[in-house]
Amino acid sequence: MTLRLRVLVLAGSVAVLAAVALAAVLHASARADRRDRARPGGPEIASGRVTLTAHGTMVFRSTAWGPHRDELTAVPAADPSGPRTPSGVTCLRFHAAAGTGVCLQAVHGPVSDTYRAVVLDAHLHVTRRYDVPGIPSRARVSPSGHWAAWTAFVGGDSYAGTGFSTRAAIVNIVTGELIGSLESFRVVEDGRTRHAPDRNFWGVTFAPDDRTFYATLATGGRTHLVHGDLRTRTVTILRANVECPSLSPDGTRIAFKKRVPGLPADAPWRLYVLDLRTGRETPLAERRSVDDQAVWKDTRTLVYALPGDYGADLYAVPSDGTGAPRRLSTAAVSPAFLP
Amino acid sequence: MYVADSRAGTPAPASADGAVRHPAGRRRAAVAPTVLALGTVSLITDVSSEMVTAVLPLYLVAGLGLSPLGFGLLDGIYNGFSAAVRLAGGHLADRGGGRHKWVAGFGYGLSALCRPLLLVAHALTPIGLVLAADRTGKGLRTAPRDALISLSSSPESRGRAFGVHRAMDTAGALLGPLAAFWILRVTVDGYDAVFTASFCVAAVGVLVLVLFVPGGPARPTAAPAQPPTSTSTSTSTSTQPPAPSPSPSPAPAPSSAPIPAARPTLRAAAGLLRGRELRGITVCALLLGLATVSDSFVYLLLQRRLGVPDRWFALLPLGTAAAFLLLAVPLGRLADRVGRRRVFLAGHGALLAAYTLLLASWHGPALPYAVLLLHGGFYAATDGVLMAAASETVPESLRSSGLAVVQTGQALARFACSMLFGAAWTLWGDRTALLASTAALAVCAAWCFVSLRPARETAA
Repeated sequence: MTLRLRVLVLAGSVAVLAAVALAAVLHASARADRRDRARPGGPEIASGRVTLTAHGTMVFRSTAWGPHRDELTAVPAADPSGPRTPSGVTCLRFHAAAGTGVCLQAVHGPVSDTYRAVVLDAHLHVTRRYDVPGIPSRARVSPSGHWAAWTAFVGGDSYAGTGFSTRAAIVNIVTGELIGSLESFRVVEDGRTRHAPDRNFWGVTFAPDDRTFYATLATGGRTHLVHGDLRTRTVTILRANVECPSLSPDGTRIAFKKRVPGLPADAPWRLYVLDLRTGRETPLAERRSVDDQAVWKDTRTLVYALPGDYGADLYAVPSDGTGAPRRLSTAAVSPAFLP
Repeated sequence: MYVADSRAGTPAPASADGAVRHPAGRRRAAVAPTVLALGTVSLITDVSSEMVTAVLPLYLVAGLGLSPLGFGLLDGIYNGFSAAVRLAGGHLADRGGGRHKWVAGFGYGLSALCRPLLLVAHALTPIGLVLAADRTGKGLRTAPRDALISLSSSPESRGRAFGVHRAMDTAGALLGPLAAFWILRVTVDGYDAVFTASFCVAAVGVLVLVLFVPGGPARPTAAPAQPPTSTSTSTSTSTQPPAPSPSPSPAPAPSSAPIPAARPTLRAAAGLLRGRELRGITVCALLLGLATVSDSFVYLLLQRRLGVPDRWFALLPLGTAAAFLLLAVPLGRLADRVGRRRVFLAGHGALLAAYTLLLASWHGPALPYAVLLLHGGFYAATDGVLMAAASETVPESLRSSGLAVVQTGQALARFACSMLFGAAWTLWGDRTALLASTAALAVCAAWCFVSLRPARETAA
């Protein structure tokens, strides 16, 4: 082949491949326009203000198509599929309690997206900001509104790197003090300090006493439920195979996702409730694999997200293992119930 | 020492691999066209692969809603497989018939085909398999590609040739994430667009290789396998007559009889390590690899010991890459002038300095920059330079196998190091683990300084 021919072949191929790539980008970018238009049959939009002190409301991230996609949105807790009141605040993950919210956001930078956590007051004004070192995963505010926690996935940085780790941070909202990673806490097992290799923490949940929390600790290929103490900066291993714990409002039970043997590797979890006094585990009526940190709507009902047509849908199931799951709301994630 | 290219006295056969040919009287070409073509292929391929790498964590977590923990569990098994693939690629490429190009091309093609597969793989297991296939392609192509670079450059400019190639490669790695995040910015959940575009880019890379990297029938075993009688002045390859046509011409039969030891059989490849020179370099690469803390640990140490804020964490690899990009060519040229082994060892000196800075109790604002500069400099002084140094010790007919042996030794040693370092970190904490690595690096470097005896090296 002559040089001229080779250059022509290359130029022709590059033109075709560039057209394919451009078409793919345009197709994906047209998706943005489609998703910014509300769909017929989608949730109704109500006008009003969203506050974190409005009793009997559920505040969540709405993923419904339309101009308010990904905004914090409020609905009456008694009518979760009713008209949605948008707030104008965009979050990836969210949680709130006692008039305080934590919202994990993407920040579009010149090179790549970065992430941050913002603390919101009752009127959704930002009171504090923190950098988040990876892709946000879980968010929680303590029942008192004095503490918040979040988990991020930190990806590998080598060529085709496949190693991931998690970073769980806890912040004292009152003083602003940030505990950047729970890895700085001492790990105790059977009364002795355990030098845990490859520690990973995620899924923090707080008790009402502003001192106790629970979380998942993964080490040596196993996950554990840990009891944390914010004063002594220790975590104590309680039991194995517990992920994303969620403490009930009365502090007696923990809802969690459990890896059940025999399930496919991509959908390995079932929702369980652990009674902290008796140590008994109760499987819930939801038979699908749930990859979420459930929230307690009240002392008898758990709410969690499952993949849906527009991102995710919210479901509710009784916490005592009876009944059946029921869909609360479509196109919604990260709910917080304001009692 | 083997000096495969010092064919003083024998009329050199026309290079089938596009060695630097410059007509008498013309200014010496900066870098062989083949090296530029391979550099372009690597640049384009790295844009493509880094596009995927940059968005993969986000895609798994935000796009697919998967929990990516435990994803790296198979890394250990995979590293062993990858080593085998690398050696196989190196050996296959040596088996004559201009296979370097086609083995490398197969590797590039395999990786390119993995991109559209990502569009249909929606669960962790298939995605893991696609990534494994991608890395198999990378393992296959590396040694034949480096052998092509080595065979197509004159011995006295090999450091520069590898430097140019590595700089182009790194430039691609820097551009890839920019392209990927630009696509994500102008789209919504545009991962499909990223993967499609990444495939198109990779296909261009394969095309450039097929169209512009000369393959052709490789010359039969032309390399003398016995030690040269004189020091290598190696001017023969650079005074070859210009090739009449741009397409590679079949090589004329060599005037020298084929030497059995250099015939590209599996046994010859396995026997390479009996050669003192290659063994020396491989052992050094291995020992130094055992004391080379993996990048992710360096960035973690930077963050923990020097207090680099979280929001800069993702940008730390860019610092290393930028320094690598800027220093690869100058250090490659320096290696040609003062000796490759010397620069290779000096590169580890830079790494030693980086470790020392990480250990220092003084925390100035410039310290992270200095560490990243030294870290990038370490790569610039060692990555391509090691290949240039190893090239001197392997006959042409076994070049790809020989380079594969060195690369594999180094890769396995680095993998072992990251396991050991991880364990040491857990047991003793980051400072002690780093202190141990620093000491190990200093000892290994000293040992290599003596055993490689750079003074004996024939600098061009």
